[in-house]
Amino acid sequence: MRTEMTDIKKISTPLNNDIISKLKAGDFVLITGFIFTARDAAHKRLVKLIKKGKDLPMEIKGQIIYYVGPSPAKPGYPCGSAGPTTSYRMDPYTPNLLDRGLKGMIGKGLRSNEVINSMKKNKAVYFAAVGGAAALIAQSIKKSEIVAYKDLGPEAIFRFYVEDFPAIVVIDSVGNNLYETEPLKYNKE
Amino acid sequence: MREIQANQIKDEIKELFLKANFYIGPELIQRLKNALKEETSPIGRQVLQMIIENNQIASSEELAICQDTGLAVVFAEIGQEVHVVEGDYKEAINEGVKEAYQKGYLRKSVVDDPVFDRKNTYTNTPATIYTDIVPGDKVKFTVIPKGFGSENMSAIAMLKPADGEMGIIDFVVETVKKAGPNPCPPTIIGVGIGGTIDQAMVIAKKATARNIGLHNKDERYANLEKGILQKINNLGIGPAGLGGNITSLAVHIDYVPTHIAGMPVAINICCHAARHAEGII
Repeated sequence: MRTEMTDIKKISTPLNNDIISKLKAGDFVLITGFIFTARDAAHKRLVKLIKKGKDLPMEIKGQIIYYVGPSPAKPGYPCGSAGPTTSYRMDPYTPNLLDRGLKGMIGKGLRSNEVINSMKKNKAVYFAAVGGAAALIAQSIKKSEIVAYKDLGPEAIFRFYVEDFPAIVVIDSVGNNLYETEPLKYNKE
Repeated sequence: MREIQANQIKDEIKELFLKANFYIGPELIQRLKNALKEETSPIGRQVLQMIIENNQIASSEELAICQDTGLAVVFAEIGQEVHVVEGDYKEAINEGVKEAYQKGYLRKSVVDDPVFDRKNTYTNTPATIYTDIVPGDKVKFTVIPKGFGSENMSAIAMLKPADGEMGIIDFVVETVKKAGPNPCPPTIIGVGIGGTIDQAMVIAKKATARNIGLHNKDERYANLEKGILQKINNLGIGPAGLGGNITSLAVHIDYVPTHIAGMPVAINICCHAARHAEGII
């Protein structure tokens, strides 16, 4: 991937408070390690389990959830095209997962105040991946396996092993929000 | 009468959806490259570079440009001299969609019931089909795999005739502002004006599939397109919503006659992967 960004941070999962505190809104990061996927339907099931006090199908403490429903993998490829889906649809469920130890989310688009407050409380980070750069992003996904909810098809929970997954810190753990600060610099209204 | 076999329709639809999901047209590629030159935000340029590189990977490896390979929308113009034989017209379209999404390893994104079951149909069908009967003996299809990140940010308003041009400008700019980063900017904004409420949105959707760089033939509407684009790009939302001067790549307005009492305005937002393909049988 070509880049003219000079300040690139390489990080590995799982995330801890030390890594989180060094990530600032505007950082371009390359993520390596395991990440989980989940969209609307999977979130609904996960939060139902949490509310019933049951175990989740995967441990999310220190982990990153990527909001994506990948395309099916072509033969010879570990994963199909896999760009981010819009994050706000997960907002009603997210604080529950953050309270449970989730440390990072990758998606695109705005988050609710409830989510941002919960991120500050729980020291978590929200990354944006570039929406529609799905074939490019898929090149960083080296392994993919379904860990739960196979019946949901593309909405199942996958575990990806990623190497240098490209993302941008949009909202950091103290609440700096690139979606608010950056467009203002270019506003000519 | 010219006879066209249902199978020919199926094959054409299949090819068009595969093409639309893998290849961005040359006009759009050029527009994105120009945007990269015009963009002043470093993050914005980074995003545009990733989008351009993504489109190259998708076309050279025949991979889906975006994992959201969309709800299959088909605009058909059927010549009145055409007789479809050996099969059902709608079934042929849906069969073509099903085969394309299987063959191309495209995501199946359709659920059967929108409220209660929400069970995936696993075929990406049914397609949304608009059929028009026109003079002649040809069949023309325009297919749009419509992603829902941008579809969800679309809007409609029944403006008053007195709202005029300014009312339209304000409504479009406000809708794009509210959508922010969600519809995958830089976007293409389809605007349908006139008709009835339903018709306005159909022409807005079809306007998103107009080749980029073409303006409305009526100069007044062409100027409205340019004026709205300027105002949108003054918002500063930028590529991926991370700041910059390229928030939209184009505004496409189409209009139809309407009632003396109204001025319906529909906005269908389309992401930077303005996927569409056309074919004639």
